[in-house]
Amino acid sequence: MAQVTMTVNGKAATGDIEGRTLLSAFLRETLNLTGTHVGCDTSQCGACVVHVDGEAVKACTILAAEAAGTEVTTIEGMANADGSLNVIQQAFQDHHGLQCGFCTPGMVMSAAALLKENPKPSEAEVRDYLEGNICRCTGYHNIVKAIMAASGQDVAAVAAE
Amino acid sequence: MYNFEVETPGSVADAVAALGREDAQALGGGQTLIPTLKQRLASPSVLVCLSGIAEMKGVCRTDDGQITIGGGTTHAAVAKATAESFPGLSGLASHIGDPAVRNRGTIGGSLANNDPSACYPAAALGAGATIVTNAREIAADDFFQGMFTTDLEEGEIITEVRFPVPEVSNYQKFVQPASRFALVGVFVAKFGDGVRVAVTGASNDGVFRWTDAEAALSANFSAEALGGLSISDDDMISDLHGTAAYRAHLVGVMTKRAVTSAA
Repeated sequence: MAQVTMTVNGKAATGDIEGRTLLSAFLRETLNLTGTHVGCDTSQCGACVVHVDGEAVKACTILAAEAAGTEVTTIEGMANADGSLNVIQQAFQDHHGLQCGFCTPGMVMSAAALLKENPKPSEAEVRDYLEGNICRCTGYHNIVKAIMAASGQDVAAVAAE
Repeated sequence: MYNFEVETPGSVADAVAALGREDAQALGGGQTLIPTLKQRLASPSVLVCLSGIAEMKGVCRTDDGQITIGGGTTHAAVAKATAESFPGLSGLASHIGDPAVRNRGTIGGSLANNDPSACYPAAALGAGATIVTNAREIAADDFFQGMFTTDLEEGEIITEVRFPVPEVSNYQKFVQPASRFALVGVFVAKFGDGVRVAVTGASNDGVFRWTDAEAALSANFSAEALGGLSISDDDMISDLHGTAAYRAHLVGVMTKRAVTSAA
């Protein structure tokens, strides 16, 4: 066992880990931050996306030891300071961008990373960016609508292909 | 995953020393190796993380006009840094995997792994890059030695990759949508003294140069020049995603598209 320290959602977090402990396991099992979901555990579904030093990464495909000393943001760190939903989360609710909700934490974290890099993405850019986030319920249309709305753009124009 | 110890060296020298330990394995961005460890297809006793080595990150232009990329540079960083200077490489890097994979996966890791369907080997071979390790420099033509096999010695680390910049280049990938790897990918690079064409995803031997297409395109750099050419499917990969014959056909199609799109 070794000790690891990182900043998670603005607070220092320390815990004992094995070499093989994944960041997703450290967040969920040591810190009890179970909002980060593990869908596939094969790096394909994106339900576990968190931000490490501001960049979207799959928490199931990075060792906790590799995240030592970094700033990690999870879905639990996304709400506004007063506890209300942030603009992306609210848009997912308003546009029915989730059904079962399992993929939603990863979707919101990927959407936040996209909008930071590209504040007014086109619909095609949104769909392209979500390539690594798989949703088996919605068919993606309402997720795309929610992200377009969160970026302040008109969602009526989003095609229902 | 079986358990292992983790070393996090801060310099290439420390990483090389750590890799001298018994059953040690280098960990680049981990986007292939960590899934492999989960399936217990590898069981190193020590993992040496290269992601904390600052001297292995970054992209710069050397005095002789080559682009030098640190072995630990992520696909996302390469895509951003080469958008103007080497659009063919930037386009390739910006379509590897998905955004989260591109934020972790590294050029050195991809080349060292030499997955027969990975994108980067096509760029390195297609542009005639030089793979620089902690010990020596290896020409791309000598580096790739078959599926998952390279000229790297045990414990040798790719510290940087030097690319000559072509006049025009392009990479076309026919995506295998489940894995996001190339079912077939073709990198075409036109230099003053000739054209190079490298194919990934298609052959059982991994990335290779399509010399017939190189000769035709060196004489006439146009999709029409490829009209009468075809490639044998003898050594092509055949799996549930596509037969050998289908892949051989795609090689021609993707090469034409790359020539048409070259910039």
